[in-house]
Amino acid sequence: MVHTSLDVVDEKISAMGKALVDQRELYLGLLYPTEDYKVYGYVTNSKVKFVMVVDSSNTALRDNEIRSMFRKLHNSYTDVMCNPFYNPGDRIQSRAFDSMVTSMMIQVC
Amino acid sequence: MDRIKLLWDFFPFLSAEPSVVIFLSDVLKIVCRSYGRAPKMIHLESNFVQFKEELLPKEGNKALLTFPFLHIYWTECCDTEVYKATVKDDLTKWQNVLKAHSSVDWLIVVVENDAKKKNKTNILPRTSIVDKIRNDFCNKQSDRCVVLSDPLKDSSRTQESWNAFLTKLRTSLLMSFTKNLGKFEDDMRTLREKRTEPGWSFCDYFMVQEELAFVFEMLQQFEDALVQYDELDALFSQYVVNFGAGDGANWLTFFCQPVKSWNGLILRKPIDMEKRELIQRQEATLLDLRSYLFSRQCTLLLFLQRPWEVAQRALELLHSCVQELKLLEVSVPPGALDCWVFLSCLEVLQRIEGCCDRAQIDSNIAHTVGLWSYATEKLKSLGYLCGLVSEKGPNSEDLNRTVDLLAGLGAERPETANTAQSPYKKLKEALSSVEAFEKHYLDLSHAAIEMHTSIGRTRSARLVGKDLAEFYMRKKSPQKAEIYLQGALKSYLAEGWALPITHTRKQLAECQKHLGQTENYLQTSSLLASDHHLTEEERKRFCQEILSFASRQTDSPGHKIVLPLHCFAQLRDLHFTPSNAVVHVGGVLSVDITMCSQMPVPVRVEQIAINVHFSIEKNNYRKTAEWLTKHKTSNGIINFPVETSPFPTSQNNLPALELYEMFERSPSDNSLNTTGIICKNVHMLLRRQESSTSLETPSGVALEDGAHVLKCRDVTLEPGPNRITFRTQAKEPGTYTLRQLCASLGPVWFVLPHLYPPAQYDVYSQEPQLRVEPLADSLLAGIPQKVKFTVTTGHYTVKNGDSLQLSNAEAMLILCHAENRAVIYSNTREKASDVSLRVQSSDKVTSISLPAAPAYHMIEFELEVLSLPSAPVTGGESSMLGVTEPHRKHKDTQKAGHCMATTDHKVSIDCPWSIYSTVIALTFSVPFRTTHSLLSAGTRKYIQVCVQNLSELDFQLSDGNLADPGRGADLQLVPLNAKSPQHISSKQSVFFVWELKWTREPPPSLRCQFSVGFSPASEGQLSIPLKPYTYEFQVENFFTLYNVRAEILPPAGTEHCRTGSLCSLEVSITRLSDLLDVDKDEALTESDEYFSTKLMYEVVDNSSNWAVCGKSSGVISMPVAAQATHRVHMEVMPLFAGYLPLPDVRLFKYLPHHSAHSSQLDADSWIENDSLSVDQHVGDQLDSGSIRSRGSVHSASSSEHKGLPMPRLQALPPGQVFNSSTGMQVLVIPSRDDHVLEVSVT
Repeated sequence: MVHTSLDVVDEKISAMGKALVDQRELYLGLLYPTEDYKVYGYVTNSKVKFVMVVDSSNTALRDNEIRSMFRKLHNSYTDVMCNPFYNPGDRIQSRAFDSMVTSMMIQVC
Repeated sequence: MDRIKLLWDFFPFLSAEPSVVIFLSDVLKIVCRSYGRAPKMIHLESNFVQFKEELLPKEGNKALLTFPFLHIYWTECCDTEVYKATVKDDLTKWQNVLKAHSSVDWLIVVVENDAKKKNKTNILPRTSIVDKIRNDFCNKQSDRCVVLSDPLKDSSRTQESWNAFLTKLRTSLLMSFTKNLGKFEDDMRTLREKRTEPGWSFCDYFMVQEELAFVFEMLQQFEDALVQYDELDALFSQYVVNFGAGDGANWLTFFCQPVKSWNGLILRKPIDMEKRELIQRQEATLLDLRSYLFSRQCTLLLFLQRPWEVAQRALELLHSCVQELKLLEVSVPPGALDCWVFLSCLEVLQRIEGCCDRAQIDSNIAHTVGLWSYATEKLKSLGYLCGLVSEKGPNSEDLNRTVDLLAGLGAERPETANTAQSPYKKLKEALSSVEAFEKHYLDLSHAAIEMHTSIGRTRSARLVGKDLAEFYMRKKSPQKAEIYLQGALKSYLAEGWALPITHTRKQLAECQKHLGQTENYLQTSSLLASDHHLTEEERKRFCQEILSFASRQTDSPGHKIVLPLHCFAQLRDLHFTPSNAVVHVGGVLSVDITMCSQMPVPVRVEQIAINVHFSIEKNNYRKTAEWLTKHKTSNGIINFPVETSPFPTSQNNLPALELYEMFERSPSDNSLNTTGIICKNVHMLLRRQESSTSLETPSGVALEDGAHVLKCRDVTLEPGPNRITFRTQAKEPGTYTLRQLCASLGPVWFVLPHLYPPAQYDVYSQEPQLRVEPLADSLLAGIPQKVKFTVTTGHYTVKNGDSLQLSNAEAMLILCHAENRAVIYSNTREKASDVSLRVQSSDKVTSISLPAAPAYHMIEFELEVLSLPSAPVTGGESSMLGVTEPHRKHKDTQKAGHCMATTDHKVSIDCPWSIYSTVIALTFSVPFRTTHSLLSAGTRKYIQVCVQNLSELDFQLSDGNLADPGRGADLQLVPLNAKSPQHISSKQSVFFVWELKWTREPPPSLRCQFSVGFSPASEGQLSIPLKPYTYEFQVENFFTLYNVRAEILPPAGTEHCRTGSLCSLEVSITRLSDLLDVDKDEALTESDEYFSTKLMYEVVDNSSNWAVCGKSSGVISMPVAAQATHRVHMEVMPLFAGYLPLPDVRLFKYLPHHSAHSSQLDADSWIENDSLSVDQHVGDQLDSGSIRSRGSVHSASSSEHKGLPMPRLQALPPGQVFNSSTGMQVLVIPSRDDHVLEVSVT
């Protein structure tokens, strides 16, 4: 139930979000370590939240890598949002976004 | 506390005067500047130890704490002999020993004692000893020898020497310390660099670096000390990671030995010597090392007043330890780690609690709550492991495991043995019995939930709550679990997390099943059965639950379980047939709905019903077929919004913003005051978001029992879309709104409480109606025109033999053809049949027998009607209804150019369904407009008639004829026309001309009748003869009385007129006839049997070609006699060169005022009587012709001006004056001397 932990994460973002009102740093860092997973958070200026769950045993991923992954994700997400045919709130069905995420996953694993 | 031990050689007062030692150590608080860093205050406590050679550092010794920093040689020798004999040797030996150990930090103290000095008389000067020592040993460093005089005296000299000594001591000590510390660090780094070498041992290095940490700690540099430990920590972690990556180090292998002891962290002692020794002996396990390291870090952090970092680091440590053990593949008995983590969590928490007060802890829950929930989690897993959660209690295997775990804990530590709440005791107690476990677990859970809630982490609290619910479910107390599950589900639903919803619902379903909440259980089951996140099997299982319940016989047959429909099936669209959702009374309406079943298996539903709300509309008009057909433009399909997710997220609930621009202008000058954007559906958007909570409560669904229900029995709903058709026969007129959709499955009713968007159908009843309308835009008189009859039967059924009785209008004929076809349409404009129509016509009445047609149909047929183009003015009037009342509107026609004259015909129709007759007015337009004019050529007269076609049609004109019905042979009309027939196109005109010839004196007025036959040009042969178009008019005063001739003569002697030179204009007015009737008016004067009339002439040049010099007008007295001529001469000057038309000469009748005050004439019209040569002829009375058309405007003008005192001018009718010089032109050549040059620049 990774989703359940995401729930907690979400809350954490809002807790951190308050502290980060003026700062431009979008990367929230490690939010919620559990025994098996590490949860990283990222929030855009428009309060769109990205959450990444990484297996704890995966030590290859450092903070910087996670940060750059989030940047990539954010850029791709912005592209999706800029699509005039996309209705905000819909499920994202962009192929470009999908392939970007998949490539990121492959790169990590 | 450790302390630095300073080695003192030979401290002679040690035994005798301990107070001095204490005094010394107190003073040795040194201010030093740490190398390379910011100045720090360090507190150095020193220890004095007697010199022993074995204490001196050996090569390679890494112990810093026990390192001798400064060697001091004390002597109180004041005797040269003694010095030479013993002290010098001793000193030399001491120096050699120090040198051998490469120790360069030494100090020689010479203590002088006055008392001794006094006793010995033959003493050398005291300085000599010091000097000697300085000479002997301190070659270059003379400051290495200090004199301390009379240390026990209280004199100023003593004080001074003490101070000097202490300063010396301080600096020396500090120098030595700094040097050694630097050296030590360098050594340590070198050692670290060697870590890749095979024999390198982490434990050794650990001890070395820890030594440094100790030093810093001793110096109260906790920050620096912590850095040392953190470096060790990071180094170790890195090794573990590298080991995991396959890059193993030998020394790590012994950390990989199986874990045998899991007694948690010990944080109560500053240094856990037990563990330290283990590490020193290289026997520590990973957990030991980690525990020790953390305990040190914890101690230092607490020194630094950062307890929250302890909590944070503890959580990280616990996580990483678990990971590292996994990574290193250390064999750990099941549950051992849980024990360790649990104990550690509690230990850390208690440690923190121990050093902080309550308020501090409360305000920093955010840091500790992670540990709390971690501990809870671990206890839970321990409980599951040891069988403490099950209903029955642990079995023997579980008990064995528990015993093993407890054995691993070891004995309780002495430090905590007497505290009641130690983690060790807690764990032991919790694992001892089911009840104790429950108590501890609940305590922990509640504490965790409370903490999460208090810092606003409701979601985390929900998660713990869910675990708790699971625990309760295991303990078979579902009523307690339900609250937590409902709470968790609510928050998941509110935020739209699909998977947690599914999972929670599954738990909830089980819970509700145990609780026996049938309705709730069924609802949850249906939701789960439609949940796509579950596997097919699970969905089927839940679906089966519903079906089996439905098939079960209930004891109370009337009992219904009402559930919302949306979790069972979704209504996609609704389709009415007929598509406009309008039926007449008795008509059949069918409603097709598409339901998307969410169930994984086909479900046979006993009945699907739609509750219908019936309302009678007040506005009767709205129920007519036309209105309904016109206004319901939809295709009868109503689409229902598909909920993409089975749960409403807050965003989906919100309707789209409806924004509008707003401009507000000031009323005075229309300038823009304010502008903005208005959101029109604010009330929708700013509503409190509480609707989503009602989703799960079945009480919100109320079953409506309406009288009108559309039903469909025994429907099998396949998974996916299903089409269900309802049929109903409309009974009462009104509006039916579909309210609820409800599918029943035994006692289970799935109800969709509201259909939105609302769907409704209308049932109407309509009175029969007849409509008659022209087929074209307007009906043209004179030719056959088609008129469409539409009979809307409404509720009346047209039987065979029903007929329409049309009372004929006289001037309008209904043309009966052999066959007329009538088309019957059904209500939806579909052609039903095509039958022939029988039309019987008699003098007064035309009867149309209608074909039989059922109710709510339309009969359409066309009839041809013909209106007489121009009926006689004095038509036979009659009082009977339906008579033609022609309104010839000639005045209108003449005035308003292109409007066609119209004629209204009223027809009354008797319908079979009504006792009243319907009166229908048909308006026909006359397609032509006719004008006439009189043309004269001298005395010859011509009549021209212009026929203008106003309609869109082309016509063929034939047999144009002008007749004078009044006169006989003395007046002749000679046609000068082209051969008929003539074609007249739309919007074109045709002219007809006749010459008027008379044999004897013509009458003053002439009445003429023009008639022309016409037929539409496009159609060939018409079945009936058409009446000709007639036009009557009257011609008056058509006889020419005067001939006006103007002539321009060039100046004498020139051939042509020239611009700028005066020419003479000769106007001659000639009377052509004798006295006629028309001359008899006021202007006529009689004298000596001669009649004369006053005329006024006027020369006007409208095109300003000529400048009239002198008088341009004048009044002449004209004898009324044939050939009487009056000549007027005047001068004109041409202004331009070229062929110029002559100026106009106008002639007016000059009517004198009754009282004839000629002096009142104004300058323009004063009487000019001279220079007229008048040829007077006595003439008889002559008829003077003037032409007047009927209704012309100037017929009444003569009497209007009677009362005026002024002379009046009356224009002569155009027929009476003939200007014979019209059209003449005079050649004007430009003047020779063009001194005026006109240049026009554009």
